[in-house]
Amino acid sequence: MAKLYSRKKLQPMNPKKETISFLLSYSKALRINTYKKLEFESILN
Amino acid sequence: MDNAEANDALLVKSYMEGDEQSLSILINRHQQRIYSFIFSKVFDKDVAEDIFQDTFIKVIKTLKRGKYNEEGKFLPWVMRIAHNLVIDHFRKNKRMPKFENSGDFNIFSVLCDSGLNAEKQIIKDQIEADVQELIKELPEDQLEVLVMRIYKDMSFKEISERTGVSINTALGRMRYALINLRKVIEKHNLVLTN
Repeated sequence: MAKLYSRKKLQPMNPKKETISFLLSYSKALRINTYKKLEFESILN
Repeated sequence: MDNAEANDALLVKSYMEGDEQSLSILINRHQQRIYSFIFSKVFDKDVAEDIFQDTFIKVIKTLKRGKYNEEGKFLPWVMRIAHNLVIDHFRKNKRMPKFENSGDFNIFSVLCDSGLNAEKQIIKDQIEADVQELIKELPEDQLEVLVMRIYKDMSFKEISERTGVSINTALGRMRYALINLRKVIEKHNLVLTN
């Protein structure tokens, strides 16, 4: 990874609300189904 | 284990048992540290956003599969995932460097269409046609070597084998072909430049 030598201290930042909203929706929609030893992912709308 | 870690562990457990609200609390609690960490490495908001999203998609999948086993160390675990994804991003970029068209930098200053425009292409075709006519005035042996070298892209070794003369003779014929061609061009007072 490239070394960065900037002296400026970065202000704390937050991701966009849309990203958080997407992640929460994704989590609600994601189902992991197990059949014998196999795992299947499905996204429920 | 301090209070925050204990809380994280409880929230993770609760999420794995199906409480979606716990994930929301975990993300809200740690989003600033994780996002700032990613941004401090990539210095690009859009890339940081993508990596943040991919990090939590991995977190969600692992937790939903019940494969999380680092109890009490939620944040360091997520940070490690983010760190690995940052490394993946730089590896991918090394293979396929990205040019950004932002600020004063213009992508077209480094990219250009090297092909000729229509006018220059017509002039080039005309010049090539003129040269093909002019070389017909060369002596047969010189014409033969010039055609093999320029139009058939043969090496002098191949030319010498094909014509049955030595390489030096073939080189000499090529030299005289060019000298004589220049003389012909001067004689006809032609300008063959694009």
